[in-house]
Amino acid sequence: MVRGEMTSKLSIRDLSFTYADGAQALRQINMDIQANELFVLFGPSRAGKTTLLRLLNRLADLLDSTQRTGEILVNGRDIYAPTVDVIHLRRRIGMVFAVPTPLPGSIYDNLAYGLQMAGIRDRQVIAERVERSLRQAALWEEVKDRLQDSAFALSGGQKQRMCLARSLVLEPDVILLDNPTSGLDPISTAMVEESLFELKQQYTIIMVPHSVQQASRVADRAAFLLNGEVVEIGSQQQIFIHPKDKRTEDYVTGRFG
Amino acid sequence: MTRQQSQKLAAGLISVTAVIVILPIVLVVVYVIVKGIGAISWEFLTQPPSNGMTEGGIFPALLGTIILTFGTAVAAIPLAIGAAIYLAEYAGDNRITRAIRLAIVNLAGIPSIVYGLFGLGMFVLFFNFGTSILAGALTLGLMTLPVVISTAEEAILAVPQEFRVVSLSLGASRWQTIRHQVLPHALPGIITGVILGLGRAAGETAPILFTVAAFYLPELPKSIFDQTMALPYHLYVIATQVPGMPLSIQYGTALVLLFIVLSFTLVATVIRTVMRRRREW
Repeated sequence: MVRGEMTSKLSIRDLSFTYADGAQALRQINMDIQANELFVLFGPSRAGKTTLLRLLNRLADLLDSTQRTGEILVNGRDIYAPTVDVIHLRRRIGMVFAVPTPLPGSIYDNLAYGLQMAGIRDRQVIAERVERSLRQAALWEEVKDRLQDSAFALSGGQKQRMCLARSLVLEPDVILLDNPTSGLDPISTAMVEESLFELKQQYTIIMVPHSVQQASRVADRAAFLLNGEVVEIGSQQQIFIHPKDKRTEDYVTGRFG
Repeated sequence: MTRQQSQKLAAGLISVTAVIVILPIVLVVVYVIVKGIGAISWEFLTQPPSNGMTEGGIFPALLGTIILTFGTAVAAIPLAIGAAIYLAEYAGDNRITRAIRLAIVNLAGIPSIVYGLFGLGMFVLFFNFGTSILAGALTLGLMTLPVVISTAEEAILAVPQEFRVVSLSLGASRWQTIRHQVLPHALPGIITGVILGLGRAAGETAPILFTVAAFYLPELPKSIFDQTMALPYHLYVIATQVPGMPLSIQYGTALVLLFIVLSFTLVATVIRTVMRRRREW
């Protein structure tokens, strides 16, 4: 269904989600995310950030006996509508996980995998897109001479940039980043953060940050989540400098968390 | 007794039990080799038995066992691996799944002679395959199913869940994920299970007793509807049914059978070790 929210890249409407054990992870979430913005979802653990991310590309489908109400619209279309092709959806909404997870095989194998699974056979096309996405993730110069090496031989920071490149290779619309700098050293973290500013020219980025500091460094806009509810949504300025809600203020100033 | 003394005593006793466990297999192997090695010759392996089986070789039985093992593989492997993939990747936690698991556990617990009788009733008589390689291989295949299913399922479940999640997040379908990210990494475990299952099938007597094994049949089988001799049954026959049977031939036959079964285990171990060493994660 196409609606009036066509201006929003992604709209979440009254979204609630309950796990099989009865734990309610999300309550009545509403938010709109615009194209080419870097939108940050932050809050203490068990706020529902990762759950929300995994609902956006329907990875939460893998769990049995969960309950979901509400809608998620991408480009105005409900991604949970029965006619939606989940595989196609996941190609358009890429994801990078908190723990860098190479697939067994070479760096090149990892990058090419998504394209090959999408039925692209032309080696020339694959090679070009692999190079382009490795450049976007600021990894090309480091690995261009050893693309056939095992992806497990990379350092932690390189692995994570490879995972970023691996999702970019599919040329998605939206990229979901679930704490992509967890476990990375400050230099690798800075490299990942820097590449985000380039990437949002082309993609819409929704990110769960490593810390409040990182959230305030990278965010265009941010949503503060607490116990599965949205406390406050606003611009970087509003959330991190002039928060309206007392709980947001307490969290960003470090009074709890 | 001080703490140190009791500690030493416990370690000592436990070590002794471990050694005792090794003893039987070593003794059996050594005993059979010593008694049987004299009978082994090129003729023994390549000639049929002669003179009321008291002379000659074991070739028809050896070939029969190889054919039956191959037939068992063809009958059991596709079904077992399919079932293992279903249980590990597709089956939800529901009544049907529990029923399937219960069936597999019980299948593993059925005495082999009962498989033999079932094979007689089902394949030999009901499907009218007669006493034949086909009936014997199907019976052995049935018996092999549970061990292959269980080991294959374990191997599939041992593949890290992250590989599946990452693969799906990159737009691979469920089957593509299984085909490209799960099965290749589960393969060493699956192969191990298959080989161990076949090793057991190669050595079984009861399931082939009524379904395929011939008492004495020097001619080689021409189709899967023929009977064949087979090593385990042949050993049983010459050990109990033939008066004046030289002991050396009996032990020679036992040695060949033991060698076949143990080499299955050895091959499984080698494959597992090599493939584990090549594993990156």
